[in-house]
Amino acid sequence: MDARAAIATESAGGRTVLGTLRSDPPLTMRQTGPVTVHLVSTAAGPLGGDHLELRIDVAPGTCLEIASVASTLVLPGPGESVTVVEARVGAGATLRYAPEPTVLAAGCAHRMIVRLALEEGASVTWREEIVFGRYGERPGTCHSRFDATIGGVPLLRQEFVVGDPAVDGSPAVYGDARCVGSVLVVRPEPPGPPFADAPAAGRTDKPPTSGRLTEPVLAEGCVVLPLAGPGTLVSALAPDAAALRERLTWGEARATRS
Amino acid sequence: MNAALLLLADSRLPAGGHGHSGGAEEAVRVGAITGPGDLARFLRGRLATAGLVAAALSAAACALAARDDASAVDEPGRSYEPGRSDEPGRSYEPGRSYEPDRSYEPGRSGEPDRSGGGAEGEWRGLDAEADARAASPAQRGASRTQGRLLLRSARRIWPSPALDAPARAVPQGVHHPIALGAVSAAAGCSPHDAALATAYTSITGPATAAVRLLGLDPVVVHRVLAGLVPDLESVARTACARTAWEDLPAHAAPALDLLAEQHLRTEVRLFVS
Repeated sequence: MDARAAIATESAGGRTVLGTLRSDPPLTMRQTGPVTVHLVSTAAGPLGGDHLELRIDVAPGTCLEIASVASTLVLPGPGESVTVVEARVGAGATLRYAPEPTVLAAGCAHRMIVRLALEEGASVTWREEIVFGRYGERPGTCHSRFDATIGGVPLLRQEFVVGDPAVDGSPAVYGDARCVGSVLVVRPEPPGPPFADAPAAGRTDKPPTSGRLTEPVLAEGCVVLPLAGPGTLVSALAPDAAALRERLTWGEARATRS
Repeated sequence: MNAALLLLADSRLPAGGHGHSGGAEEAVRVGAITGPGDLARFLRGRLATAGLVAAALSAAACALAARDDASAVDEPGRSYEPGRSDEPGRSYEPGRSYEPDRSYEPGRSGEPDRSGGGAEGEWRGLDAEADARAASPAQRGASRTQGRLLLRSARRIWPSPALDAPARAVPQGVHHPIALGAVSAAAGCSPHDAALATAYTSITGPATAAVRLLGLDPVVVHRVLAGLVPDLESVARTACARTAWEDLPAHAAPALDLLAEQHLRTEVRLFVS
Protein backbone atom coordinates (compact mmCIF):
# COMPACT_ATOMS: atom_id res chain seq x y z
CA MET A 1 0.00 0.00 0.00
CA ASP A 2 1.30 3.44 -0.93
CA ALA A 3 -0.03 6.58 0.71
CA ARG A 4 0.93 10.24 0.64
CA ALA A 5 -0.66 12.61 3.08
CA ALA A 6 0.04 16.28 3.64
CA ILE A 7 -0.61 19.02 6.16
CA ALA A 8 0.17 22.65 5.56
CA THR A 9 -0.65 25.71 7.59
CA GLU A 10 -1.24 29.21 6.31
CA SER A 11 -1.26 32.50 8.08
CA ALA A 12 -4.52 34.43 7.75
CA GLY A 13 -4.49 37.79 9.46
CA GLY A 14 -2.03 36.57 12.07
CA ARG A 15 -4.03 33.41 12.79
CA THR A 16 -3.16 29.87 11.80
CA VAL A 17 -5.37 28.22 9.23
CA LEU A 18 -4.99 24.60 8.15
CA GLY A 19 -4.78 25.29 4.43
CA THR A 20 -4.07 21.69 3.47
CA LEU A 21 -5.20 18.59 5.27
CA ARG A 22 -4.93 15.80 2.75
CA SER A 23 -5.48 12.33 4.12
CA ASP A 24 -4.53 9.27 2.14
CA PRO A 25 -5.65 6.08 3.88
CA PRO A 26 -4.26 4.54 5.97
CA LEU A 27 -2.75 7.95 6.78
CA THR A 28 -5.95 9.64 7.88
CA MET A 29 -5.96 12.92 9.76
CA ARG A 30 -8.56 14.67 11.85
CA GLN A 31 -8.46 18.25 13.00
CA THR A 32 -9.14 18.09 16.74
CA GLY A 33 -8.39 21.66 17.76
CA PRO A 34 -7.72 25.05 16.24
CA VAL A 35 -4.14 24.05 15.41
CA THR A 36 -4.19 20.37 16.39
CA VAL A 37 -4.30 17.39 14.07
CA HIS A 38 -4.53 13.76 15.12
CA LEU A 39 -3.24 10.98 12.93
CA VAL A 40 -5.81 8.19 12.80
CA SER A 41 -4.54 5.02 11.23
CA THR A 42 -7.45 3.60 9.24
CA ALA A 43 -5.78 0.26 8.51
CA ALA A 44 -3.50 -2.11 10.35
CA GLY A 45 0.18 -1.56 10.03
CA PRO A 46 2.23 -0.38 8.31
CA LEU A 47 2.78 -3.85 6.93
CA GLY A 48 5.83 -5.03 5.07
CA GLY A 49 5.71 -3.53 1.57
CA ASP A 50 3.79 -0.42 2.61
CA HIS A 51 5.22 2.98 1.75
CA LEU A 52 3.73 5.85 3.73
CA GLU A 53 4.70 9.46 3.35
CA LEU A 54 3.64 12.48 5.34
CA ARG A 55 4.57 16.03 4.38
CA ILE A 56 4.25 18.76 6.96
CA ASP A 57 4.63 22.40 6.07
CA VAL A 58 4.33 24.94 8.85
CA ALA A 59 4.27 28.40 7.33
CA PRO A 60 6.20 31.24 8.97
CA GLY A 61 4.48 32.57 12.06
CA THR A 62 1.92 29.74 12.32
CA CYS A 63 1.42 26.93 14.84
CA LEU A 64 0.71 23.24 14.44
CA GLU A 65 0.47 20.34 16.84
CA ILE A 66 0.42 16.78 15.56
CA ALA A 67 -0.50 13.82 17.71
CA SER A 68 -1.89 10.37 17.06
CA VAL A 69 -4.79 8.49 18.59
CA ALA A 70 -2.89 5.24 19.10
CA SER A 71 0.51 3.70 18.82
CA THR A 72 1.67 2.39 15.47
CA LEU A 73 2.14 -1.37 15.31
CA VAL A 74 4.58 -2.30 12.55
CA LEU A 75 3.74 -5.72 11.14
CA PRO A 76 5.55 -8.08 8.80
CA GLY A 77 4.63 -8.46 5.15
CA PRO A 78 6.21 -8.96 1.77
CA GLY A 79 9.26 -6.67 1.83
CA GLU A 80 10.19 -3.67 3.91
CA SER A 81 7.72 -1.14 5.25
CA VAL A 82 8.80 2.47 4.91
CA THR A 83 7.52 5.62 6.54
CA VAL A 84 8.85 9.00 5.49
CA VAL A 85 8.01 12.19 7.32
CA GLU A 86 9.25 15.36 5.75
CA ALA A 87 8.66 18.56 7.68
CA ARG A 88 9.48 22.17 7.04
CA VAL A 89 9.02 24.78 9.73
CA GLY A 90 9.20 28.45 8.83
CA ALA A 91 10.64 31.37 10.74
CA GLY A 92 8.59 32.20 13.80
CA ALA A 93 6.51 29.06 13.34
CA THR A 94 5.87 26.45 16.02
CA LEU A 95 5.51 22.72 15.52
CA ARG A 96 4.89 20.10 18.12
CA TYR A 97 5.08 16.59 16.69
CA ALA A 98 4.35 14.01 19.34
CA PRO A 99 2.64 10.88 18.05
CA GLU A 100 2.26 7.71 20.10
CA PRO A 101 5.10 5.16 19.96
CA THR A 102 6.05 2.92 17.08
CA VAL A 103 5.88 -0.70 18.23
CA LEU A 104 7.94 -3.24 16.31
CA ALA A 105 6.09 -6.54 16.08
CA ALA A 106 7.90 -9.82 15.56
CA GLY A 107 9.13 -10.31 12.01
CA CYS A 108 8.66 -6.73 10.87
CA ALA A 109 11.25 -5.03 8.63
CA HIS A 110 10.82 -1.31 8.96
CA ARG A 111 12.49 1.86 7.70
CA MET A 112 11.67 5.22 9.29
CA ILE A 113 12.96 8.39 7.72
CA VAL A 114 12.44 11.86 9.14
CA ARG A 115 13.73 15.00 7.47
CA LEU A 116 13.14 18.12 9.47
CA ALA A 117 14.16 21.42 7.90
CA LEU A 118 13.86 24.45 10.16
CA GLU A 119 14.25 28.05 9.25
CA GLU A 120 16.01 30.17 11.81
CA GLY A 121 13.56 31.33 14.45
CA ALA A 122 11.45 28.18 14.22
CA SER A 123 10.27 26.47 17.39
CA VAL A 124 10.00 22.69 17.40
CA THR A 125 9.32 19.82 19.73
CA TRP A 126 9.73 16.46 18.00
CA ARG A 127 9.22 13.21 19.82
CA GLU A 128 10.14 9.76 18.60
CA GLU A 129 9.53 6.55 20.56
CA ILE A 130 10.41 3.04 19.42
CA VAL A 131 9.20 0.02 21.39
CA PHE A 132 11.03 -3.26 20.81
CA GLY A 133 8.03 -5.56 20.41
CA ARG A 134 4.81 -6.01 22.34
CA TYR A 135 4.96 -7.52 25.82
CA GLY A 136 7.33 -10.48 25.79
CA GLU A 137 7.73 -10.29 22.00
CA ARG A 138 11.04 -10.27 20.15
CA PRO A 139 10.95 -7.39 17.69
CA GLY A 140 11.64 -7.59 13.98
CA THR A 141 14.11 -5.16 12.48
CA CYS A 142 13.96 -1.40 12.25
CA HIS A 143 16.28 1.23 10.92
CA SER A 144 15.34 4.81 11.64
CA ARG A 145 17.11 7.92 10.47
CA PHE A 146 16.43 11.42 11.71
CA ASP A 147 17.99 14.49 10.09
CA ALA A 148 17.32 17.99 11.40
CA THR A 149 18.81 21.15 9.92
CA ILE A 150 18.43 24.80 10.80
CA GLY A 151 18.92 27.22 7.94
CA GLY A 152 20.62 24.40 6.04
CA VAL A 153 23.15 23.75 8.83
CA PRO A 154 23.02 20.28 10.38
CA LEU A 155 21.63 20.27 13.91
CA LEU A 156 21.07 16.60 14.65
CA ARG A 157 21.54 13.45 12.66
CA GLN A 158 20.84 10.15 14.33
CA GLU A 159 20.05 6.62 13.31
CA PHE A 160 18.68 3.79 15.42
CA VAL A 161 18.99 0.18 14.39
CA VAL A 162 16.92 -2.46 16.17
CA GLY A 163 17.15 -6.18 15.55
CA ASP A 164 20.83 -6.21 14.60
CA PRO A 165 22.71 -8.78 16.70
CA ALA A 166 25.67 -6.38 16.86
CA VAL A 167 23.72 -3.80 18.85
CA ASP A 168 20.88 -5.72 20.53
CA GLY A 169 21.76 -6.18 24.18
CA SER A 170 24.99 -4.21 23.88
CA PRO A 171 25.69 -2.20 27.04
CA ALA A 172 27.01 0.52 24.71
CA VAL A 173 23.78 0.95 22.74
CA TYR A 174 20.48 0.01 24.44
CA GLY A 175 21.69 -2.15 27.33
CA ASP A 176 18.72 -4.17 28.59
CA ALA A 177 16.17 -1.50 27.60
CA ARG A 178 13.09 -2.47 25.60
CA CYS A 179 12.36 1.04 24.31
CA VAL A 180 14.36 3.97 23.02
CA GLY A 181 13.11 7.48 22.56
CA SER A 182 14.11 11.07 22.11
CA VAL A 183 12.65 14.54 22.03
CA LEU A 184 14.34 17.25 20.04
CA VAL A 185 13.58 20.69 21.39
CA VAL A 186 14.43 23.82 19.45
CA ARG A 187 13.49 27.25 20.72
CA PRO A 188 14.34 30.46 18.96
CA GLU A 189 16.34 33.17 20.62
CA PRO A 190 14.68 35.49 21.46
CA PRO A 191 11.65 33.31 22.25
CA GLY A 192 8.88 32.97 19.71
CA PRO A 193 5.17 32.64 20.33
CA PRO A 194 4.15 30.07 22.91
CA PHE A 195 2.08 27.06 21.90
CA ALA A 196 -1.46 28.06 21.17
CA ASP A 197 -2.82 24.91 22.74
CA ALA A 198 -2.30 23.53 26.18
CA PRO A 199 -0.36 20.27 26.10
CA ALA A 200 -2.52 17.28 25.25
CA ALA A 201 -4.21 15.11 27.83
CA GLY A 202 -2.37 13.97 30.89
CA ARG A 203 0.95 15.67 30.33
CA THR A 204 2.29 17.88 33.03
CA ASP A 205 5.11 19.52 31.14
CA LYS A 206 5.30 23.26 31.29
CA PRO A 207 4.90 25.39 28.20
CA PRO A 208 8.18 26.53 26.72
CA THR A 209 9.85 29.56 28.10
CA SER A 210 12.82 31.55 26.96
CA GLY A 211 16.42 30.51 27.28
CA ARG A 212 18.26 27.39 26.42
CA LEU A 213 19.70 24.71 28.62
CA THR A 214 23.48 24.96 28.75
CA GLU A 215 24.38 22.07 31.07
CA PRO A 216 23.28 18.47 30.57
CA VAL A 217 20.74 17.13 33.08
CA LEU A 218 20.75 13.50 34.05
CA ALA A 219 18.31 11.03 35.62
CA GLU A 220 17.91 7.28 35.53
CA GLY A 221 17.72 6.21 31.90
CA CYS A 222 17.33 9.77 30.68
CA VAL A 223 19.67 12.56 29.77
CA VAL A 224 18.97 16.08 28.54
CA LEU A 225 21.72 17.11 26.16
CA PRO A 226 22.43 20.61 24.88
CA LEU A 227 23.45 20.10 21.25
CA ALA A 228 26.35 21.86 19.57
CA GLY A 229 23.79 23.80 17.54
CA PRO A 230 20.78 25.71 18.88
CA GLY A 231 18.78 22.80 20.24
CA THR A 232 18.42 20.31 23.06
CA LEU A 233 17.96 16.56 22.83
CA VAL A 234 16.22 14.49 25.45
CA SER A 235 17.42 10.92 25.07
CA ALA A 236 15.95 8.04 27.04
CA LEU A 237 16.04 4.28 27.41
CA ALA A 238 13.42 2.38 29.37
CA PRO A 239 12.14 -1.10 30.17
CA ASP A 240 8.61 -0.27 28.90
CA ALA A 241 6.66 2.36 26.99
CA ALA A 242 5.12 3.94 30.08
CA ALA A 243 8.50 4.47 31.73
CA LEU A 244 9.89 5.81 28.46
CA ARG A 245 7.11 8.42 28.20
CA GLU A 246 7.62 9.40 31.82
CA ARG A 247 11.36 9.90 31.28
CA LEU A 248 10.91 11.85 28.06
CA THR A 249 8.25 14.07 29.63
CA TRP A 250 10.55 14.77 32.57
CA GLY A 251 13.41 15.55 30.21
CA GLU A 252 11.31 17.73 27.93
CA ALA A 253 10.25 19.86 30.89
CA ARG A 254 13.93 20.39 31.74
CA ALA A 255 14.84 21.14 28.16
CA THR A 256 12.24 23.87 27.92
CA ARG A 257 12.86 25.45 31.31
CA SER A 258 14.92 28.61 31.27
CA MET B 1 47.35 -0.63 2.77
CA ASN B 2 50.10 1.82 3.64
CA ALA B 3 52.56 0.83 6.39
CA ALA B 4 52.00 4.23 8.03
CA LEU B 5 48.63 2.81 9.08
CA LEU B 6 50.48 0.73 11.67
CA LEU B 7 51.93 3.87 13.25
CA LEU B 8 48.55 5.59 13.22
CA ALA B 9 46.71 2.74 14.87
CA ASP B 10 49.44 2.06 17.42
CA SER B 11 48.38 2.92 20.94
CA ARG B 12 51.93 4.21 21.47
CA LEU B 13 51.28 7.09 19.07
CA PRO B 14 51.87 10.05 21.38
CA ALA B 15 48.49 11.71 20.95
CA GLY B 16 46.79 11.25 24.31
CA GLY B 17 44.51 8.37 23.28
CA HIS B 18 45.49 6.29 26.32
CA GLY B 19 43.61 8.67 28.60
CA HIS B 20 40.19 7.79 27.15
CA SER B 21 38.10 4.71 27.80
CA GLY B 22 35.21 5.55 25.45
CA GLY B 23 32.59 4.97 28.12
CA ALA B 24 34.12 1.71 29.36
CA GLU B 25 35.17 3.12 32.73
CA GLU B 26 31.65 4.26 33.57
CA ALA B 27 30.16 1.04 32.20
CA VAL B 28 32.44 -0.88 34.57
CA ARG B 29 31.50 1.38 37.47
CA VAL B 30 27.75 0.90 36.99
CA GLY B 31 28.16 -2.83 36.50
CA ALA B 32 27.29 -2.91 32.79
CA ILE B 33 30.66 -4.51 32.05
CA THR B 34 31.76 -7.19 34.51
CA GLY B 35 33.72 -9.62 32.36
CA PRO B 36 34.80 -10.60 28.85
CA GLY B 37 31.23 -11.43 27.73
CA ASP B 38 29.85 -7.99 28.57
CA LEU B 39 32.98 -6.39 27.18
CA ALA B 40 32.55 -8.18 23.86
CA ARG B 41 28.93 -6.98 23.60
CA PHE B 42 29.97 -3.47 24.61
CA LEU B 43 32.72 -3.32 21.99
CA ARG B 44 30.59 -4.82 19.25
CA GLY B 45 27.81 -2.30 19.86
CA ARG B 46 30.28 0.55 20.13
CA LEU B 47 31.89 -0.43 16.84
CA ALA B 48 28.54 -0.70 15.04
CA THR B 49 27.47 2.78 16.20
CA ALA B 50 30.08 5.30 17.36
CA GLY B 51 32.84 3.35 15.57
CA LEU B 52 31.04 3.35 12.23
CA VAL B 53 30.18 7.04 12.46
CA ALA B 54 33.77 7.92 13.38
CA ALA B 55 35.18 5.74 10.60
CA ALA B 56 32.97 7.41 7.99
CA LEU B 57 33.91 10.91 9.16
CA SER B 58 37.55 9.89 9.13
CA ALA B 59 37.39 8.56 5.58
CA ALA B 60 35.70 11.78 4.45
CA ALA B 61 38.36 13.87 6.19
CA CYS B 62 41.13 11.80 4.62
CA ALA B 63 39.69 12.36 1.15
CA LEU B 64 39.35 16.08 1.79
CA ALA B 65 42.90 16.38 3.13
CA ALA B 66 44.35 14.39 0.25
CA ARG B 67 42.68 16.73 -2.21
CA ASP B 68 44.00 19.77 -0.33
CA ASP B 69 47.45 18.27 -0.28
CA ALA B 70 47.38 17.64 -4.02
CA SER B 71 46.06 21.07 -4.89
CA ALA B 72 48.66 22.71 -2.65
CA VAL B 73 51.32 21.92 -5.25
CA ASP B 74 50.10 24.81 -7.36
CA GLU B 75 49.76 27.20 -4.49
CA PRO B 76 52.88 29.12 -3.59
CA GLY B 77 53.28 30.50 -0.11
CA ARG B 78 52.01 27.45 1.73
CA SER B 79 54.36 25.44 3.86
CA TYR B 80 54.60 22.72 1.33
CA GLU B 81 57.64 20.83 0.13
CA PRO B 82 57.44 20.50 -3.64
CA GLY B 83 57.55 16.99 -4.93
CA ARG B 84 56.34 15.33 -1.78
CA SER B 85 53.15 14.08 -3.27
CA ASP B 86 55.16 12.28 -5.93
CA GLU B 87 57.00 10.22 -3.38
CA PRO B 88 56.75 6.52 -4.04
CA GLY B 89 54.74 4.59 -1.53
CA ARG B 90 51.94 7.09 -1.32
CA SER B 91 49.33 4.63 -2.29
CA TYR B 92 46.53 7.09 -2.44
CA GLU B 93 45.76 8.84 -5.69
CA PRO B 94 43.74 11.95 -5.05
CA GLY B 95 40.54 12.07 -6.98
CA ARG B 96 40.66 8.43 -7.95
CA SER B 97 37.70 7.02 -6.15
CA TYR B 98 37.33 9.07 -3.00
CA GLU B 99 36.49 12.52 -4.23
CA PRO B 100 35.38 14.66 -1.36
CA ASP B 101 31.80 15.60 -1.41
CA ARG B 102 31.10 18.89 -3.11
CA SER B 103 27.53 19.25 -2.02
CA TYR B 104 28.81 21.49 0.74
CA GLU B 105 29.03 24.96 -0.58
CA PRO B 106 31.07 27.01 1.82
CA GLY B 107 29.67 30.43 2.39
CA ARG B 108 26.12 29.54 1.43
CA SER B 109 23.75 32.04 2.85
CA GLY B 110 22.72 31.30 6.40
CA GLU B 111 25.88 29.36 7.11
CA PRO B 112 28.15 31.85 8.80
CA ASP B 113 30.26 29.08 10.33
CA ARG B 114 31.64 28.15 6.99
CA SER B 115 32.87 31.60 6.08
CA GLY B 116 36.50 31.78 5.19
CA GLY B 117 35.74 29.87 2.04
CA GLY B 118 37.78 27.21 0.33
CA ALA B 119 39.25 24.34 2.22
CA GLU B 120 38.81 25.89 5.66
CA GLY B 121 35.10 26.30 5.04
CA GLU B 122 34.90 22.67 4.03
CA TRP B 123 36.72 21.57 7.18
CA ARG B 124 34.23 23.52 9.25
CA GLY B 125 31.42 21.91 7.27
CA LEU B 126 32.72 18.41 7.95
CA ASP B 127 33.31 19.30 11.59
CA ALA B 128 29.68 20.49 11.81
CA GLU B 129 28.60 17.08 10.49
CA ALA B 130 30.53 15.48 13.36
CA ASP B 131 28.86 17.87 15.83
CA ALA B 132 25.40 16.94 14.55
CA ARG B 133 26.22 13.27 15.21
CA ALA B 134 27.37 13.83 18.80
CA ALA B 135 24.47 14.77 21.03
CA SER B 136 26.43 14.45 24.27
CA PRO B 137 28.51 17.49 25.27
CA ALA B 138 30.84 15.20 27.24
CA GLN B 139 31.54 13.16 24.12
CA ARG B 140 31.96 16.26 21.96
CA GLY B 141 34.44 17.61 24.48
CA ALA B 142 36.44 14.38 24.65
CA SER B 143 36.45 14.12 20.88
CA ARG B 144 37.71 17.68 20.36
CA THR B 145 40.39 17.29 23.03
CA GLN B 146 41.68 14.12 21.38
CA GLY B 147 41.46 15.69 17.94
CA ARG B 148 43.46 18.72 19.02
CA LEU B 149 46.18 16.61 20.67
CA LEU B 150 46.42 14.27 17.71
CA LEU B 151 46.71 17.12 15.23
CA ARG B 152 49.34 18.83 17.35
CA SER B 153 51.53 15.71 17.50
CA ALA B 154 50.90 14.76 13.90
CA ARG B 155 51.93 18.16 12.53
CA ARG B 156 55.36 17.42 13.94
CA ILE B 157 55.42 13.76 12.92
CA TRP B 158 54.05 14.20 9.37
CA PRO B 159 54.45 17.90 8.52
CA SER B 160 52.04 18.59 5.68
CA PRO B 161 49.94 21.47 4.42
CA ALA B 162 47.01 19.05 4.58
CA LEU B 163 47.11 19.43 8.37
CA ASP B 164 47.26 23.21 8.40
CA ALA B 165 43.77 23.82 7.02
CA PRO B 166 41.86 21.78 9.63
CA ALA B 167 43.94 23.26 12.44
CA ARG B 168 43.26 26.79 11.19
CA ALA B 169 39.61 26.14 10.41
CA VAL B 170 38.69 24.88 13.88
CA PRO B 171 41.11 26.37 16.44
CA GLN B 172 39.36 24.68 19.40
CA GLY B 173 40.23 21.34 17.82
CA VAL B 174 38.46 19.37 15.11
CA HIS B 175 36.67 16.24 16.20
CA HIS B 176 38.97 13.27 16.70
CA PRO B 177 37.84 11.19 13.70
CA ILE B 178 38.31 14.20 11.44
CA ALA B 179 41.80 14.78 12.80
CA LEU B 180 42.58 11.09 12.35
CA GLY B 181 41.38 11.22 8.75
CA ALA B 182 43.46 14.31 7.97
CA VAL B 183 46.51 12.76 9.63
CA SER B 184 45.99 9.55 7.67
CA ALA B 185 46.15 11.55 4.45
CA ALA B 186 49.29 13.37 5.62
CA ALA B 187 50.87 9.99 6.39
CA GLY B 188 50.01 8.75 2.91
CA CYS B 189 47.10 6.50 3.82
CA SER B 190 43.89 6.05 1.86
CA PRO B 191 40.39 6.83 3.16
CA HIS B 192 39.88 3.11 3.65
CA ASP B 193 43.03 2.97 5.79
CA ALA B 194 41.76 5.97 7.76
CA ALA B 195 38.41 4.28 8.33
CA LEU B 196 40.09 1.09 9.45
CA ALA B 197 42.42 2.90 11.89
CA THR B 198 39.51 4.88 13.30
CA ALA B 199 37.25 1.86 13.70
CA TYR B 200 40.12 0.00 15.34
CA THR B 201 40.91 2.74 17.85
CA SER B 202 37.19 3.02 18.67
CA ILE B 203 37.38 -0.42 20.31
CA THR B 204 41.00 -0.87 21.40
CA GLY B 205 40.91 2.10 23.79
CA PRO B 206 37.87 0.76 25.70
CA ALA B 207 39.29 -2.79 25.60
CA THR B 208 42.61 -1.74 27.15
CA ALA B 209 40.77 0.35 29.73
CA ALA B 210 38.64 -2.64 30.72
CA VAL B 211 41.76 -4.76 31.20
CA ARG B 212 43.14 -2.18 33.60
CA LEU B 213 39.86 -1.49 35.41
CA LEU B 214 38.69 -5.07 35.89
CA GLY B 215 42.03 -6.85 35.93
CA LEU B 216 40.89 -9.01 33.00
CA ASP B 217 43.27 -11.45 31.35
CA PRO B 218 44.79 -9.44 28.47
CA VAL B 219 44.94 -12.56 26.33
CA VAL B 220 41.21 -13.15 26.73
CA VAL B 221 40.50 -9.53 25.86
CA HIS B 222 42.66 -9.79 22.77
CA ARG B 223 40.73 -12.87 21.76
CA VAL B 224 37.60 -10.71 22.00
CA LEU B 225 39.25 -8.13 19.75
CA ALA B 226 40.35 -10.81 17.31
CA GLY B 227 36.74 -11.94 17.12
CA LEU B 228 35.78 -8.44 16.01
CA VAL B 229 38.13 -8.38 13.01
CA PRO B 230 35.37 -9.23 10.49
CA ASP B 231 33.23 -6.45 11.99
CA LEU B 232 36.16 -4.03 11.69
CA GLU B 233 36.53 -4.83 8.02
CA SER B 234 32.86 -4.50 7.29
CA VAL B 235 32.64 -1.21 9.19
CA ALA B 236 35.60 0.21 7.25
CA ARG B 237 33.98 -0.87 3.96
CA THR B 238 30.65 0.68 4.87
CA ALA B 239 32.39 3.84 6.08
CA CYS B 240 33.99 4.33 2.66
CA ALA B 241 30.83 4.07 0.60
CA ARG B 242 30.78 7.21 -1.49
CA THR B 243 28.11 9.52 -0.28
CA ALA B 244 27.41 13.16 0.42
CA TRP B 245 28.60 14.21 3.87
CA GLU B 246 25.05 14.81 5.02
CA ASP B 247 24.20 11.17 4.30
CA LEU B 248 27.16 9.68 6.21
CA PRO B 249 26.23 7.16 8.90
CA ALA B 250 24.81 8.67 12.10
CA HIS B 251 24.21 5.64 14.31
CA ALA B 252 23.37 6.70 17.82
CA ALA B 253 24.29 4.86 20.99
CA PRO B 254 22.02 6.23 23.74
CA ALA B 255 23.73 4.16 26.43
CA LEU B 256 27.11 5.65 25.52
CA ASP B 257 25.59 9.15 25.79
CA LEU B 258 24.26 8.35 29.25
CA LEU B 259 27.55 6.79 30.34
CA ALA B 260 29.59 9.74 29.05
CA GLU B 261 27.52 12.27 31.00
CA GLN B 262 27.44 10.15 34.16
CA HIS B 263 31.19 9.68 33.94
CA LEU B 264 31.81 13.43 34.15
CA ARG B 265 29.81 13.47 37.38
CA THR B 266 31.77 10.61 38.93
CA GLU B 267 34.32 11.84 41.42
CA VAL B 268 37.06 9.27 41.12
CA ARG B 269 38.07 8.69 37.54
CA LEU B 270 41.08 7.04 35.98
CA PHE B 271 40.17 8.08 32.45
CA VAL B 272 39.14 11.39 30.93
CA SER B 273 36.20 9.82 29.12
